[in-house]
Amino acid sequence: MGMLSAFANPHRFLALSKWLAPVFYLLGAGLIAWGLWQGLYVVPKDEVQGGDIMRVMFVHVPAAWLAMASYTAMASASFVWFIWRHELADIAAKAIAPLGAVWTALCLATGSIWGKPTWGTWWQWDDARMMSVLFLFFLFLGYMALRAAMDSRQKAARAGAILAMVGAINVPLIKFSVDLFTSLHQDSSVLTAEGPKMAAVYLWPLLMSGLGHSLLFGAMVMTLMRAEIWTRRAARQRARLLAGA
Amino acid sequence: MSPAPILSAFRQALGEAWAGGAGALLPLGFFAGAAVLVPLGIGTEPGMLRAVGPGILWVALALSSLVTLERIFQADVEDGALDLWLQAGAPVSAIAAAKTFAHWLTAGLPLALMSPVLALMFQADADVNLLSGALAYGLGGLAFFFWGGVGAALSATVRRGGLLIALIALPLYVPTAIFGSMAVSGAAGTTAAPLLLAASTLFALAVAPFAMAAALRLAAD
Repeated sequence: MGMLSAFANPHRFLALSKWLAPVFYLLGAGLIAWGLWQGLYVVPKDEVQGGDIMRVMFVHVPAAWLAMASYTAMASASFVWFIWRHELADIAAKAIAPLGAVWTALCLATGSIWGKPTWGTWWQWDDARMMSVLFLFFLFLGYMALRAAMDSRQKAARAGAILAMVGAINVPLIKFSVDLFTSLHQDSSVLTAEGPKMAAVYLWPLLMSGLGHSLLFGAMVMTLMRAEIWTRRAARQRARLLAGA
Repeated sequence: MSPAPILSAFRQALGEAWAGGAGALLPLGFFAGAAVLVPLGIGTEPGMLRAVGPGILWVALALSSLVTLERIFQADVEDGALDLWLQAGAPVSAIAAAKTFAHWLTAGLPLALMSPVLALMFQADADVNLLSGALAYGLGGLAFFFWGGVGAALSATVRRGGLLIALIALPLYVPTAIFGSMAVSGAAGTTAAPLLLAASTLFALAVAPFAMAAALRLAAD
């Protein structure tokens, strides 16, 4: 708990994120650029995966990873806020939601673009992963809509935390239920028990691209969190001034 | 703790559902109306209706639950009943569960009992067991009502919360809808589906009351 409390200090967060966010932006942009350059121009195309269209993988796979990681992060932050009431955890959950929704939408869009030439269809209802990611997208939308509908910051935080936690314990069940449908999606080829079986020529650009997207995501979360902290401070300052006048 | 507040919330919810003249006929009318729009929209070819019928009934059931649930906690916030419950000495989760169960009894169970009639209108095969279908709709409806109740409790203080409830609850409806439609389809490889449907309902019954209680405490602040 000691470590968590240390991170929960907004002063420390502002001081840390002030230099960490720009570093993440730069590193993230650099890695994404390198991954895209490798993916689009350098690596050979894979005819089994539909030829040149498989290059969309270098955006699609990082987006899919972030879609899942961001919901996990949002639900964890909600849990921390609900139990320990660290304001920073709520600020984090609030910042993650729109960004998570954007990367989830990116995953769906790139998946569709990959699906059209390889499977012959933009959308495949039989596919368990497409369905799971779609419902993840809806969970993000519901979370944001619920927060926006609440009339105070405290209520938005509490309602959002309850919904994020209810959603999180439902995610495995949703995943299991949609997995029951037959899947024509290829099996995961990065995360397998025997280690990655993808050719190294694809693996490195993909991993670097994934790391780049994650850093960019983290940097944007930090920017939104900083803006939220200053907004809340300004509101408190304003309330103090009005009370004193 | 005493069970009296739980029973009174249950009775009050039953009374609410029967008030206003039409009572439980109103959700039935909605359910049937939503279902019979489908042949008008997609055409009347019997083979197609037979294929889509069970699924249409699941969709109509989900929609009916959302429409019914919109105001179940809002009225309690407005007239102060919620504040009394929070001081009543009985667990709020039990009160919320009793209320939601009462609404399922008056608005969910009648739909399940009516489902064989609609299934026949959708040209169900003679060898399909309509009663086990009704059981599946009843079980699935119970899960819909409890997850929808979470959405209703979360948006109890929100004006025009109906659309919000739908957006919140629909992802939570997914497992039940999938297991449910597999269970009534009776297709090959779905023998476990009725059990999975029952499991998803039990999961809703176990989890949703606590989420509703947390949301209602928030609504009372």
